[in-house]
Amino acid sequence: MSEKIRIKRGLDIPLAGKPSNEVTMDSGSKLFAIFPDDFPGPVWKTSRKVGDKVEAGDILFFDKNSESLSLVAPVRGEIKEINRGERRHINFISIEVDFSNPKASVSTLSESSGDFKDKLQRSGLWSMMRQRPYDIVPEPDKQPRDIFVTAFDSAPLSGEIITSDDHEWLEKGLAELAKLTPGKVYLDIRYGQGLTSNVAIVTEFEGPHPAGNVGPQIAAIKPVNKGETVWTLDARTAVRIGKLSEGIPDYETLVAVTGPEVNNPHLVKTIVGASIEGILKGLVDDFAGKRIISGNVLTGEKVGLDGFIRYPYRQITVIPEGDDADEFMGWASMSPEKFSVKRTFPAFIRGLSKPFNFDARVKGGKRAMILSGEYDKVFPFDIYPEYLLKAIMAKDIDRMEKLGIYEVAPEDFALPEFVDTSKQELQKTVKEGLDYLRKELS
Amino acid sequence: MKGLKKKIDNVKPHFEKGGKFSKLHSVFDGFYTFLFTPNETSRSGVHIHDSNDSKRTMITVVIALLPCVLFGMWNIGLQHNMAIGDPDRAFFRMFFYGFFAVLPQILTAYIVGLGIEFIVAQIRGHEIQEGFLVSGILIPMICPVDTPCWMLAVSVAFAVIFAKEVFGGTGYNFLNVALVTRAFLFFAYPSKMSGDNVFVSLGNQTAVDGYSGATPLGQLASATGGDAQVLNVVGDPLSFTDMFFGFYPGSWGETSTFCILIGLGILLLTGIASWKIIFSAVFGGFFMGVVAHHFANELYPVTYLLPWEQLSLGGFAFAVTFMATDPVTACRTEAGKYIYGFLIGAIAILIRCYNTGYPEGAMLAVLLMNCFAPLIDYIVVNGNINRRMKRLVPND
Repeated sequence: MSEKIRIKRGLDIPLAGKPSNEVTMDSGSKLFAIFPDDFPGPVWKTSRKVGDKVEAGDILFFDKNSESLSLVAPVRGEIKEINRGERRHINFISIEVDFSNPKASVSTLSESSGDFKDKLQRSGLWSMMRQRPYDIVPEPDKQPRDIFVTAFDSAPLSGEIITSDDHEWLEKGLAELAKLTPGKVYLDIRYGQGLTSNVAIVTEFEGPHPAGNVGPQIAAIKPVNKGETVWTLDARTAVRIGKLSEGIPDYETLVAVTGPEVNNPHLVKTIVGASIEGILKGLVDDFAGKRIISGNVLTGEKVGLDGFIRYPYRQITVIPEGDDADEFMGWASMSPEKFSVKRTFPAFIRGLSKPFNFDARVKGGKRAMILSGEYDKVFPFDIYPEYLLKAIMAKDIDRMEKLGIYEVAPEDFALPEFVDTSKQELQKTVKEGLDYLRKELS
Repeated sequence: MKGLKKKIDNVKPHFEKGGKFSKLHSVFDGFYTFLFTPNETSRSGVHIHDSNDSKRTMITVVIALLPCVLFGMWNIGLQHNMAIGDPDRAFFRMFFYGFFAVLPQILTAYIVGLGIEFIVAQIRGHEIQEGFLVSGILIPMICPVDTPCWMLAVSVAFAVIFAKEVFGGTGYNFLNVALVTRAFLFFAYPSKMSGDNVFVSLGNQTAVDGYSGATPLGQLASATGGDAQVLNVVGDPLSFTDMFFGFYPGSWGETSTFCILIGLGILLLTGIASWKIIFSAVFGGFFMGVVAHHFANELYPVTYLLPWEQLSLGGFAFAVTFMATDPVTACRTEAGKYIYGFLIGAIAILIRCYNTGYPEGAMLAVLLMNCFAPLIDYIVVNGNINRRMKRLVPND
């Protein structure tokens, strides 16, 4: 029997636009792109040029400091653009897909010899895992204490990560992962999801977001201590690893197209890095005044219509931007359309049965921390978030360690950032803290 | 509203860097954001935000204070009419007597306090912070009705500068600004802050025979023997109902426990105040009241009060509801809040009972615990650190 853990502190934001379980195939995307910044940790280099022909699984980026750590092309095609930003920093490489016989050719990946760890790194799947501490791509020379796989997403409007067809592959992937750690592989599932495993320890999680995030799951099962390393990944990546073990490079992904501005929110089956325009074709009436987010509203990236779906390749959310609202004396508003976890707006009377149309406004000025205990209510760790944040702002490494920085990733501070009355950028603070720590301690 | 918005947007460039009035940027920004919620959308991190901001938070506290404010004004008129023997009990005449008695003080507190806030915000290049919206109304409420405005101005300036701005402004102060103002007044001008003649506004009229303006706690503190009875301004005994509803002289905003309970209800319903602090403070006060009553002693006549009378009299209920719960100066850890609240309640009653020099101890209790709040938090957070360190042991 699997253990059941209830996450009590958290919040399911009642945002409109929940996806149905309907799955359609993406047929509109012709461009696919990989963003090296989505994979922090390694120093990514490329030797590709515009016009190069690549197969799915061919290397696009390699890590300067290791032999085989790579980011790969998700589709067969021709390199269309190498987009550079300041100081020639590469933003992304985009590939125009070659539709002629897409599955006929096989990438070099399937033929490569060497051990599975090496194959995993060269397939780009290694880079889709994360390591705690620091929330980076796992360092190849470190052995993880344990590996945590989350089989569900609890973020606002998120869809299923895997379908029942994937269960067999998931088990294979878990078996491969078990070979990479002297410790255990944990599969964390939603209560009642009905997944079982013979190789992993299955734990059922119940409760509001962030129950599906690996951070709280690790905290509830076996927290990360100083000097320890754990790896985390989602079940989709584990499925891909399972397929890779049979020699099948798989870069398919299930994207939930969601949000109050989307007609018929549902799941779209596509390939990693697909173009936003292709996926959203016909699903949004008018893009003026809309914000397209690759990901969920808490941790996603703002992208344009010419953008691409970004890591972890699971969700697109479209919400109104709201920058033309010109709201008169908003602080005195009695509107039932304003959501707050505090009951300072009358909306709490109507309950959460009817979801809210959030827009992207910050809805207040940035202040010092005034109210206390706000973060704790949505932060299911045995950590004092306010004190940890202050230690990070003060760049006090000793205190950061003592207060538990090794256990957290920026995404764990997304809900505190949402409820924050003082409107501070907490995820950014934590990211800077983790980067600072990694720099100072390496 | 679009027209107004357009007009303001037209003059906006003058207040920005390089404009004619760039020295008034913070003030302009303060009024602008007061009128129109900024359209600014999130640039990093989360894409949607909770609607509650610090403006809404502070306004909610001010709304919670309103029952006390309105009752306090009316009660000033009532005490005045009783003291001068005027049988008139017309609601609005009494209310407006009180209203005009305290209006200069409220204006003084806001003008001086917000003025300093505006100047400091401009010097630092910050937005104007809303903390003083609450302090500005709290300060007159906890002072005697006839406090001269110049005294108030000096104290407010002292408190805002030395208790708040030198530490960095709202969110960084470790002492409650309103209470620092009150304490400064109390120790700098004791003759105007305590005694029998400051809590009832006579307004240049003669009081009736048998009049005494002493507050209930003042009467008890100066009484001898254990049979002291609490009287109202004209010498009639004061019932528990009178105490609960606040028909007695005192700092004008804090006499009515009933109105404080309405405010408390608003603060707890909206989730602005911590119920942990309030619950433990009331518990601490009640506990100390029981202990004091059990060991009632003629030397300390206040100890003869029943525990619930202790909770209804003086500034206890007000301090617990509106001062102890100030999130910036209270304990910030959840476990710490219980300790913090309990000690405030217990120490307030302790001072009130056993230090006859101070008829009321709530102010000093809160200020004292403000000083200890960081220590309590430190201990609680260290407990968390120790738990984390212990996890390390088996792996060594």
